[in-house]
Amino acid sequence: MELKEKLLSSFMAFEERIDVHAELHDVRTAALKNFENKGFPTKKEEAWKYTSLNAVLKNDFTVFPKQENTVQYADVKKYFLHEIDTYKVVFIDGVFSSHLSATTHEGIDVCLLSSALNKPKYKEIVDTYFNQIVNKEESLTSLNTAFANEGAYINIPRNKVADKPIEIMYFSTGNEAALLVQPRNLIVVGENAQVQIIERHQSLNENPVLTNSVTEIFAQKRAFVDVYKIQNDSLSANLVDNTYVSQKEESSVAVNTFSFGGNLTRNNLNFYHFGERIVSYLNGITIIGEKQHVDHYTLVHHATPNCESHQDYKGIFTDRSTGVFNGKIFVEKEAQKTNAFQKSNNILLSDKATINAKPQLEIFADDVKCSHGCTIGQLDETAMFYMQQRGIPKKEAKALLMYAFSNAVIESIKIPELKQRITKIIANKLGVKMGFDL
Amino acid sequence: MLSIKNLHASIGDKEILKGINLEVKAGEIHAIMGPNGAGKSTLSAIIAGNENYEVTQGEIFLDNEDISELAPEERAHKGVFLSFQYPVEIPGVSVTNFMRTAINETRKANGQEEMPANEMLKVIREKSELLEIDRKFLSRSLNEGFSGGEKKRNEIFQMAMLEPKLAILDETDSGLDIDALRIVANGVNKLKSDKNAIVVITHYQRLLDYIVPDFVHVLYNGKIVKSGGKELAHELEEKGYDWIKQEQEA
Repeated sequence: MELKEKLLSSFMAFEERIDVHAELHDVRTAALKNFENKGFPTKKEEAWKYTSLNAVLKNDFTVFPKQENTVQYADVKKYFLHEIDTYKVVFIDGVFSSHLSATTHEGIDVCLLSSALNKPKYKEIVDTYFNQIVNKEESLTSLNTAFANEGAYINIPRNKVADKPIEIMYFSTGNEAALLVQPRNLIVVGENAQVQIIERHQSLNENPVLTNSVTEIFAQKRAFVDVYKIQNDSLSANLVDNTYVSQKEESSVAVNTFSFGGNLTRNNLNFYHFGERIVSYLNGITIIGEKQHVDHYTLVHHATPNCESHQDYKGIFTDRSTGVFNGKIFVEKEAQKTNAFQKSNNILLSDKATINAKPQLEIFADDVKCSHGCTIGQLDETAMFYMQQRGIPKKEAKALLMYAFSNAVIESIKIPELKQRITKIIANKLGVKMGFDL
Repeated sequence: MLSIKNLHASIGDKEILKGINLEVKAGEIHAIMGPNGAGKSTLSAIIAGNENYEVTQGEIFLDNEDISELAPEERAHKGVFLSFQYPVEIPGVSVTNFMRTAINETRKANGQEEMPANEMLKVIREKSELLEIDRKFLSRSLNEGFSGGEKKRNEIFQMAMLEPKLAILDETDSGLDIDALRIVANGVNKLKSDKNAIVVITHYQRLLDYIVPDFVHVLYNGKIVKSGGKELAHELEEKGYDWIKQEQEA
């Protein structure tokens, strides 16, 4: 049976299994309808011109895991930021793992979406925020909404600062031959509140996985939110990450995406502004090889005056890997004095690697500063010669140069231990061990 | 120490060096002067192993070993150092970390252990004092945002750290004010010994007041057309390069 049919036919069984109240049922049903009409996106659609899901969708995915799987902490410790204390919301094959998690309700809520959706005390928040900022026309988001049940729920109330970073971790064990998981995260950050969030999807063996994830982030007035997405998965893992950010006045939200692995990765990252003096940061480092594919599809919707957005994406592509950067900036007529910047710098290290970079600016206001710059090049030969002249062999010199190339984005990581971790992953990716922590 | 025999080199179809012969012995300082476009920088890049140029004829020997087929880093490991006219900026890599990598890679290539951290710090302190370099400077990203003078001083600092057998200084004086020039020259002179050699490439005689050469060569149109003692530099300073050109074209 085709995956689409399988999903449509399992919807009733899914809804029977979980405890739903009427409003949610309506939301899900409408979403399913949209997915049914549109189906999985194909290359015929402009937004999916360079990314094809066809090969991935041929897998016979299990839609709901048959059994509960467990994982020992020792086996997965390396995926956590274990150097420091963090809150943890951990899922194994889509099911919450209480023994790997460290949740809290003290002052802030770091827990499960399933309980938020079902417990009366969260009803007001769910009614206010759940499914409110997503693009309801987008078929994969709708598919997620239809089956949305589990994921992280984070609520940082007004004037609270989360005392430690929060890690959201999705493991897939590979106990199913092929697994489709659809995590759903809801993150609400109140007025003057602050939080740092790290998100990672990790498969633990080589069986195919397709993750279709949706995250909604609501940043209220003057909220500060830092999100780090670490994508360093196995070659059989596929990820479609749909992240929607809603910002109120004077809030600052940064989403940093580190794409180092996986078979196919598509990041749909959308920012919407509802207030003045908002700042949005979209940063990315992509380092891939073999036949890996990473597609960054960003949208910043400037609807209000005096706001800023900064996009900085660095990509390094080897072998037959392919990259896509499609960055859309939309500036409405009311959004005067907008500052919107976009950069996509790419290095191709092999003749067979490709990158498609496409800026899209739609500007209806007349007093704005917008810029975009896409570069595609090879490694700077003079710089290589300089380093080799000082005795640094070609391979190490190359690594140093690539590190230097991605440095501006690395510097934006605000958690020192995470910065170290990312630099280490980069050094591993580049296959070098430097005399210092690269 | 350095022996260049009938060196011809080209970039693309263009022949730039047309038969260079040069002998440099340990303990000597040689100056190579010449008008713009004579091939001075090409010569230094080729000695250091820049792969953009093709050596079409001739050999380069370092201590009787032909190094003309070696990669740039292999030449560096054998003691060749080139101070760049335009040093490259490397964001995110501090001067200290860059030097640590360079020194340990060189030691590794020569079958030595890595330099212990405390010894490294000691050497760095010593050499940075020699070049009057502020400690804060060493934790900055290599060459990023450095002034022209700082870049050149940093090149000589690296030379001091690596202690090369053969140092080639390519237009080290360009972009230096008189104080910086004095500091750099003073550093070079202190590094000079009877075991190493220095080749100074320069358009002007100014630097040679501070780093006094034993021999001066004039490079013109890809060939060394005149050699002499340090008085030749003064003659060039007075008369310019036109008489050389006229002599050649006559």
